[in-house]
Amino acid sequence: MGVSRRCAAEQRGAATVAGEIRVSIHSEADIVAARQQGRALAAELGFSSGDLTLIATAISEVARNIVAYAKRGEILLSHTNQGSRRGIVVVARDEGPGIPDIAPAMQDGYSTSRGLGLGLPGAKRLMDEFDIASQAGKGTTIVMKKWAR
Amino acid sequence: MEVPILKQGNYLIATIQAALSDAALLELRDELVERVGRFRARGVVLDVTVLDVMDSFTARTLRAIAHMTKLRGARAIIVGIQPEVAFAMTQLGMTLEGVETALDLDGGLAALRRGTKGGGDRGR
Repeated sequence: MGVSRRCAAEQRGAATVAGEIRVSIHSEADIVAARQQGRALAAELGFSSGDLTLIATAISEVARNIVAYAKRGEILLSHTNQGSRRGIVVVARDEGPGIPDIAPAMQDGYSTSRGLGLGLPGAKRLMDEFDIASQAGKGTTIVMKKWAR
Repeated sequence: MEVPILKQGNYLIATIQAALSDAALLELRDELVERVGRFRARGVVLDVTVLDVMDSFTARTLRAIAHMTKLRGARAIIVGIQPEVAFAMTQLGMTLEGVETALDLDGGLAALRRGTKGGGDRGR
């Protein structure tokens, strides 16, 4: 599994940690559900309405990426604390073909589907933290965070 | 059809009512392009006020709708992009370049009436 240790831990917690939400992504119709769930969780955490839109848009892009390249996967939504800061954690996981070379995929305008190539670099700009791990043939895991201000 | 399309004079008004799936947005695109011909519309106003997220696919499809409508001989104006959505779109790097926009439905209709050659209601 091309999954980083941190994600594996988050995945194990999914069933037990209160407030953690798992959204299966099987088709483009699930993209709307994922971003609506993410927006609802972020609202509970006290994000501003501007941030809610940024978070929902970033979730939409990573969920879209799953549908476009891996066909199926999941979005895990949870909250985190760092000192007094509250944040939202969005994990997008799939076991699709993976991204052989991440650097070009993180550049604006790069796309091997029919997109604008803004998805991943765009999502990174919308969030505070963005980590991507991918292994060819094994899948891709993206972990994004945003902190409430 | 999830998005009602109203005919008012020479114009078509499509008001999105709730978050749309990709399929519903593509259906709207095809329907608008077809109806521009059927009703000989001179202008199309697409109201996106209700959309709280505009991701890259949505933006690309709106741009396609505007361009396809233009190729069919009608002017398209996207109205109602919310401030938060405008901010997120800019961060994401989407510009809707070459697409006409207005603040709201009134603004869109006013622009059509002002801008259509010889006035929006001529040639009925």
